[in-house]
Amino acid sequence: MADDILTVEGLKAYYQMNYFGVEREVRAVDDVTMRVMANEIYGIAGESSSGKTSFIKVLAAAIRPPFRIVDGRVTYRFNGKPIDVAHAGEDEIAKIRWKHLSYIMQGSMSVLNPVRRVRSTFEDFAFRPMGLKRDAFWEAVEAHLARLHLEPGVLRAYPHELSGGMRQRVTIALATVCRPEFIIADEPTTALDVVVQKDVLAMIREVQQALGSSVVFVTHDMSVHANVTDRLAIVYAGRIVEEAPTRTIFTAARHPYTRHLVASLPRIGDTSPKPSLEGRPPSLAEPPAGCRFHPRCPIAVERCRREVPVLEERPGGHRVACFRADEALPAEKILNVEEPLS
Amino acid sequence: MSAPPLLDVRDVSKVFTMGGVLSRKQIRAVNEVSFALSTETPEIFTIIGESGSGKTTLARMIFGSDVPTSGELKFEGRDIAARRGADRLAFMARVQPIFQNPFEAFNPLKRVDRYLASTARRFLNARTEAEMEGPMDEALHHVGLSLKEVKGRFPHELSGGQLQRTAIARALISQPSVIVADEPVSMVDASLRMAIVNLFKRLRDELGVTIIYITHDLATAYYISDRIIIMQKGHVVEMGPARPILEAPQHPYSQLLKRSVLSFDDAGRGLITRSGREEVDTSAEALVKGRLEPAEDGRLVRVG
Repeated sequence: MADDILTVEGLKAYYQMNYFGVEREVRAVDDVTMRVMANEIYGIAGESSSGKTSFIKVLAAAIRPPFRIVDGRVTYRFNGKPIDVAHAGEDEIAKIRWKHLSYIMQGSMSVLNPVRRVRSTFEDFAFRPMGLKRDAFWEAVEAHLARLHLEPGVLRAYPHELSGGMRQRVTIALATVCRPEFIIADEPTTALDVVVQKDVLAMIREVQQALGSSVVFVTHDMSVHANVTDRLAIVYAGRIVEEAPTRTIFTAARHPYTRHLVASLPRIGDTSPKPSLEGRPPSLAEPPAGCRFHPRCPIAVERCRREVPVLEERPGGHRVACFRADEALPAEKILNVEEPLS
Repeated sequence: MSAPPLLDVRDVSKVFTMGGVLSRKQIRAVNEVSFALSTETPEIFTIIGESGSGKTTLARMIFGSDVPTSGELKFEGRDIAARRGADRLAFMARVQPIFQNPFEAFNPLKRVDRYLASTARRFLNARTEAEMEGPMDEALHHVGLSLKEVKGRFPHELSGGQLQRTAIARALISQPSVIVADEPVSMVDASLRMAIVNLFKRLRDELGVTIIYITHDLATAYYISDRIIIMQKGHVVEMGPARPILEAPQHPYSQLLKRSVLSFDDAGRGLITRSGREEVDTSAEALVKGRLEPAEDGRLVRVG
């Protein structure tokens, strides 16, 4: 489609290790096909060690051994020109990095150099990609900081002189100052307090709307996804198990894992008991056969243990990988699922 | 007179002094906090606040790692700070901590059952392997694990949820009456979060353990708490029964917190707005001047 800015087809990326002749393979990203459209926020939800961080490493073209791309294509389309970052050379990727493709990281303290002023970090990251004269560059930076409600004075500060929320806003400003078409946000608000988190999320949304960029937003926090993303993919053990417009995920999810995630969210004003999911996430080195969720699934049948369900398209841009997607769940396992959000 | 309360916190303050001789700065981390926990009714008592609100300092004083600058902390009628030697050990057995990140709480180079064994040796005076393993297995059963699953394992071999449950089991070995849990779920995944939170409920109902639950997550606080206190910059701004307060907070700061909770009503509509923090007077002066006054539902609200 013309509107797609990113197309991922059949992506398989594994950690392949060979220590003293013992081979080990961790299938962190296993057969992922998805696309991100222009001007949307695409959410990725999943627990730790579900492979979501590995997946965005591929998207960010930051692949280092022992992590390797085994199969598939990751194609970006910047200014109508396709580039497959899974197979492109270093110099080609360097040309798009930060100017077209940027990254908001989780720990703002580890992004900003603690012994240099914020100003130098902006110069390092953004001066060359923006290609402006020095005066025009600083003017653009200051105008952009104002968009995130930051005073130009923060440029003179050292990172430790800023509060956690301000530092995170600085890293967002840093990632968006070149007006990139594509931004990857990896748990950008996980370390923040509730009040600051809401402000930072609102700003990410504002900046995205203002620039018309696409954002891939990764977090395990479903309440963040509910408020920020337009479409949402649920990742389990290296695979996308469900993908739909965010509202559909919260009102009409079909995969048992997603339904469990949504049903177990605590809400103020709701005193009903919330279920917890038993068992542990599978090891990606030895994933279970068949559907990877079957050992923890309340409605698994024999077929789930043998066959891998494909991600099937349903009406309304909804994709689900489950043989039992149309089955009801036992009431004692999942509560309040069918209840629409008021 | 009836028996003294289990834990009596009275006008407790903690001041940290920072800087050298010339640039000395005093930080009031906790300011005149008072509350009491009863012996008869175990409860989940929640302390809510953002970072820098003094909630962790208050917790450290409760389990005896920090000594208050002024005020008194009494456990079963006796001052915590004054306990020494065997007396202090007996207190530690009764009040146990759980920390935020289970991966940091366990040494990666030691097998996790060593921690359980050393806790059993220290608090239960267990000497032989059999003496240690009985209580260890029992404690692990309370959290839905067994000694067989954990024995000989290193922390990296367990999942985050298993490790946090093992940390809770370790705290249960000495059969405490109070567990102080400092942000126990902020590092675990959504699906495991409810498992831990439901476990706290079970510990309260089945074992009669009082849990002091420290968090910044209002939704889980609403779900499990009996009473809460909301702290801002070391001051209590609102305290009392959990559900009425979280449903209709009265102090402007509590209202700001409630407003900032991400709701699911408009899921996927992208309508997120700012918290409106600028409109709330969050200055320290306003807090120092105010005092706690009784209000409806038996709550206390800071006014003035």
